[in-house]
Amino acid sequence: MNNRSLTIFSAILVALVALGGFLPDWATFHITRSLGLGLVVLGLMLMLRAGLVSFGQALYYCLGAYTAGTLMHFYQIKEALLLIPAGMLTAALLATVLGALLASYRGIFFGLLSLAFSMILYGLIVKSSGLGSTDGFTLTSPTFFGQSLGESSRYAVFISACVLTLIAVWALERYLRTPLGRLAPAIRDNEIRVEYLGQSVRNAVHIKYVISAALAGLGGALTALTVGHIDPEMAYWTTSGELVFILILSGSQSVIAPFLGALLFESLRTYAYQEFPYVWQMVLGIAMLLVISFLPDGIWSLFRSRKAKSA
Amino acid sequence: MTTILEARGLMKSFGAVTAANDISASINEHSITGLIGTNGAGKTTFVNMVTGYLKPSSGSIHFAGRDITPLAPRQITRLGIARSFQIPQLYDTLTVRENLIVALGMVLRNAKPTFFSRLPAQVPGHNDTLDNVADNLMNQFNLSGYGDRVARVLPQGLRKQLDIAMAMAGKPRVLLLDEPTSGVAAEEKFGIMDMIMNVVRAEKVTVLFVEHDMDIVSRYSDRVLAFYDGRIIADQTPEAALNDPEVQRYVTGKRHA
Repeated sequence: MNNRSLTIFSAILVALVALGGFLPDWATFHITRSLGLGLVVLGLMLMLRAGLVSFGQALYYCLGAYTAGTLMHFYQIKEALLLIPAGMLTAALLATVLGALLASYRGIFFGLLSLAFSMILYGLIVKSSGLGSTDGFTLTSPTFFGQSLGESSRYAVFISACVLTLIAVWALERYLRTPLGRLAPAIRDNEIRVEYLGQSVRNAVHIKYVISAALAGLGGALTALTVGHIDPEMAYWTTSGELVFILILSGSQSVIAPFLGALLFESLRTYAYQEFPYVWQMVLGIAMLLVISFLPDGIWSLFRSRKAKSA
Repeated sequence: MTTILEARGLMKSFGAVTAANDISASINEHSITGLIGTNGAGKTTFVNMVTGYLKPSSGSIHFAGRDITPLAPRQITRLGIARSFQIPQLYDTLTVRENLIVALGMVLRNAKPTFFSRLPAQVPGHNDTLDNVADNLMNQFNLSGYGDRVARVLPQGLRKQLDIAMAMAGKPRVLLLDEPTSGVAAEEKFGIMDMIMNVVRAEKVTVLFVEHDMDIVSRYSDRVLAFYDGRIIADQTPEAALNDPEVQRYVTGKRHA
């Protein structure tokens, strides 16, 4: 990861904020959805660098969305600048508790235990008629700084997504350069050596898990405000599967890759829905096979290869 | 001489096998002690107990007057006891330089216990920048030409050197080396030991090293602990230990005249 890529990505986000008003609604919706998913996958990428794959990240994605949704629907809190941090904070708090258990597990046990927790949330929401059960519920437009923006609120959410993505990628890039951030590949390669250099692997994994959950909660809250509807499918295992799909598509080499992967995934899914409504999953499956066969390190390796050739 | 490390009556059993049977020893500061014995004699069990990987069934271990018996390996490391391994424990997908940077990063976190601390300009204890300290460690351990080489592809001798360099990154007071020359070509052994000893003597580190090659033991150690069947059967100078009838019978295999 170099600062040049990050600077270009930041410039694109700033340009999107400036020119977003000229984009059609479908484009801003598409980009906001992709940024929301990208934030969740950014957290998954952080865990993957430490050698851990969560098959239950939809737990925090859904929790972030439902936190924002319930605050708006049941408590009449419509301020987006409260709803979004609330989604992030709730996810981080739950991850602090669950992470105390999960940080001791590795490999398939970590993956399936995280999946189990997400399915518990799914089951709880499905059985809660107050939360709309399987249908979920619809959200109204949020306010910004106390102002109701009407039709423009979708554009305001779009701007929020761009700004929050900008903050998240710079913060994570900075974090990866701290001693704790640098521990991720060390944990993946050799936990014994980490302990014998004086660090607690368990604590490091726990902290990474909480950060990844906070990012998932942030992505979930943004998605809820963008789509305007939430339902328990957000916690279902297929959603976690999609997130892992995007992670594989993206690779773990750059903090930007999850956003490119999410944009590609959303575009591919939309295209497959429209053109092949009965076999759209097959299209995604073939795409997955192609990525694993030809780009095992994700789409970011395309950029790295080009750089290597030019060097 | 000041005692820096002391084992008192260490016992350790694995089922019916007694790996350590009433081991007591005092190690003086700045000394270099060779641990010898046949396979299964209890040398590595002793090293593992001192570094917290194994907990003794009974007995205690004291470092600079403090009881470290119940501490976890990372806590013992932070106090100043580092180790290398018989099979080098490296970060195989990282380069040599990255291995050292990660190791030095942990030194920084040990010195400044905040999870998100910025990298300070100078590495505590080394009083130099992170890059310079990594370069210096590579120079000291003859790894300079291999900075960009991934650890996985290094030959065994260089893996051993990197393993020890990472242990030295934390500026330990005591260093335990588990067979530092095993798997290394015979003609390279003395070169590697000369290099290690130059560094540890310059840094005034107390060393305990497990070794099977008696030429290396007699040349580099100033004291020998000979293990047999979980016990220490000799605790003497190298010359006296290697001439000890029990050591010759049970460890070196030489027939006593």
